[in-house]
Amino acid sequence: MPTLTYRDALNQALREEMQRDPDVFLMGEEVGVYQGAYKVSRGLLEEFGPNRVVDTPITELGFAGVGVGAAMVGLRPIIEFMTWNFALLAIDQLVNSAAKMRYMSGGQVGVPIVFRGPSGSALQLAAQHSQSFESMYANIPGLKVVMPATPADAKGLLKSAVRDDDPIVFMEGEMLYNVKGEVPEGEYTLPIGVADIKRPGEHVTLVCHAKTVAIALKAAQQLEADGISAEVIDLRTIRPLDTAAIFESVGKTHRCVVVEEGWPFAGVGAQVVDEIQREVFDELDGPVLRVTGADVPMPYNKRLEKAAKVDADKVVDAVRKVTYTANS
Amino acid sequence: MTASTKASRKPDTKLAEKYRLYLRQMLLIRRFEEKAGEAYSLGKIGGFCHLYIGQEAVGVGCLSQLRPDDYIVTTYRDHGQALVRGISSRAVMAELFGKAAGCSKGKGGSMHMFDASLGFLGGHGIVGGHIPLAAGIGFAIKYRAKDQVAVCFFGEAAINNGAFHEALNMAGIWKLPCIFICENNRYGMGTALDRATATWNISERAASYDMSREVVDGQDLLEVMAAMDRAVVRARRPAAPTLLEIRTYRFVGHSMSDPIHGHYRTKEEVEAHRKRDPILLWQEKLKADGIITEEQIATMDKEVVAEVQDAYDFADAAEDPELEELYADVYAPVQAGSGE
Repeated sequence: MPTLTYRDALNQALREEMQRDPDVFLMGEEVGVYQGAYKVSRGLLEEFGPNRVVDTPITELGFAGVGVGAAMVGLRPIIEFMTWNFALLAIDQLVNSAAKMRYMSGGQVGVPIVFRGPSGSALQLAAQHSQSFESMYANIPGLKVVMPATPADAKGLLKSAVRDDDPIVFMEGEMLYNVKGEVPEGEYTLPIGVADIKRPGEHVTLVCHAKTVAIALKAAQQLEADGISAEVIDLRTIRPLDTAAIFESVGKTHRCVVVEEGWPFAGVGAQVVDEIQREVFDELDGPVLRVTGADVPMPYNKRLEKAAKVDADKVVDAVRKVTYTANS
Repeated sequence: MTASTKASRKPDTKLAEKYRLYLRQMLLIRRFEEKAGEAYSLGKIGGFCHLYIGQEAVGVGCLSQLRPDDYIVTTYRDHGQALVRGISSRAVMAELFGKAAGCSKGKGGSMHMFDASLGFLGGHGIVGGHIPLAAGIGFAIKYRAKDQVAVCFFGEAAINNGAFHEALNMAGIWKLPCIFICENNRYGMGTALDRATATWNISERAASYDMSREVVDGQDLLEVMAAMDRAVVRARRPAAPTLLEIRTYRFVGHSMSDPIHGHYRTKEEVEAHRKRDPILLWQEKLKADGIITEEQIATMDKEVVAEVQDAYDFADAAEDPELEELYADVYAPVQAGSGE
């Protein structure tokens, strides 16, 4: 199996889907001539031409709405946001147009569209460029929220997202684009709404997604040295949430820590904890803890930024608490 | 050919028939909206309810120039345009009543009339938010190299919204087959145009987008038809967008919760505008041209009133949606190809 970067796996998915279906087009800022701000769309303009790889002005609300309108009459747009931070300008089109159209038209008008782009913090990009909004979008009925953590998942999930008949918020990890991994060639799709056990374990379940999958895996490795076996569940899709996979794992380990890059208040972890306490309360041998980004706008200073971010040590600390193995 | 030049001569039978149809459509909107207002007062209709009374010639004139395969997106003041496009008065009234037989299955209500089979892609409730949708439909038409047209209605208050600027700019860059119709009824809710817009000659905005423009008297049906005809010609291949500023007036309040004149306009002002009632003006013209008689108008009005009463009775007796409908239509029923 070939080894690709996350970026090239996405590029491959885009290329294959555009080859497969002439109704699929890519639109966004710098996707064409510039080859993509993060080079995800490299080579696509040359292969598919300017009708299908469309550079836009810096006008997120406008081109998100153009995508929704095109999808309403049957095209399958892929709308790239240079980052999800900028997509805040377009949120009316995601929430009020894309997510609502099927329902308020009584099922007549669907919006098969993918909104995609990098999400989460990178390095010292400060408050306005270091945000994770998945819990916000996952709050909206009508949207699906997909967040791949590995190159193979990136390809398989993006291809499924393009073929899905509903509007999809597809969040890529800004820090994951250079991550390498084995990626199946050709036709390879993954179901939306299905989590993946990235590492099996017995003593504690680590629920994570996107960038925090690597952090949880690192924490699991550290814990292994102390004889604690952690199971790492990558949600892959935030909405619909694969609660069955979470319940099954918690049923086995009886302890759980939920890890996410975003803020704690009403975050993805809050939903996961709620599901667990309602459905598998009797399985728990300890409280479910959450490890999240700090509840502050992201600071620029390196030292403060590190303190604000989730890391493996914070995950290990939480696991020690839920397994009652903390030193203090 | 424009409607104006043809109308100045003695109209042929076919044209006379069309002109009578337009009168009937305007009368239908007027009587329908009066009935909707009445039903609202009786609590049969809930939520917001924005009536189209006074603006009938805009909807009728613009839609008269379209083909069945063209597309329309509009605002929450959408009942009249839905009727003219061909959604039955029963289906529109049932939607207002929130019934399963409504054109959006009772899930949309007054602000969200849809009939995809007629290319009527919604009443939309966020001011300006639907203008980019029309640009997107125009984009899709061009993408497929078709000669359809995407029409977008919005009020003059929407032009100060970023969505207006962003959509028209892209329509200008890409020469999309879009007709942006600004129904300038002078008030965005209760805020007068000159209190909200720095350059209140709205059509001039088109210059920013390298777009054709016209200012149209929206109370004069023939003028509306003629301007729309020219815009449609421009929009069909090779495509070019147009901004039409159609000056009209809302004879009633912004919505049912707003009195006819309120604090923001005087009774005298409303009365003065009512003298240019688009329906009366059209009736006068048709009578003068020998196309219709006073008696025929009375008969037509009776028929329209009966149609509206039938729609009301139908909607009143119709069933609520089943409770299972609550969770239907949130997502697509079949996830083709997604592996689910």
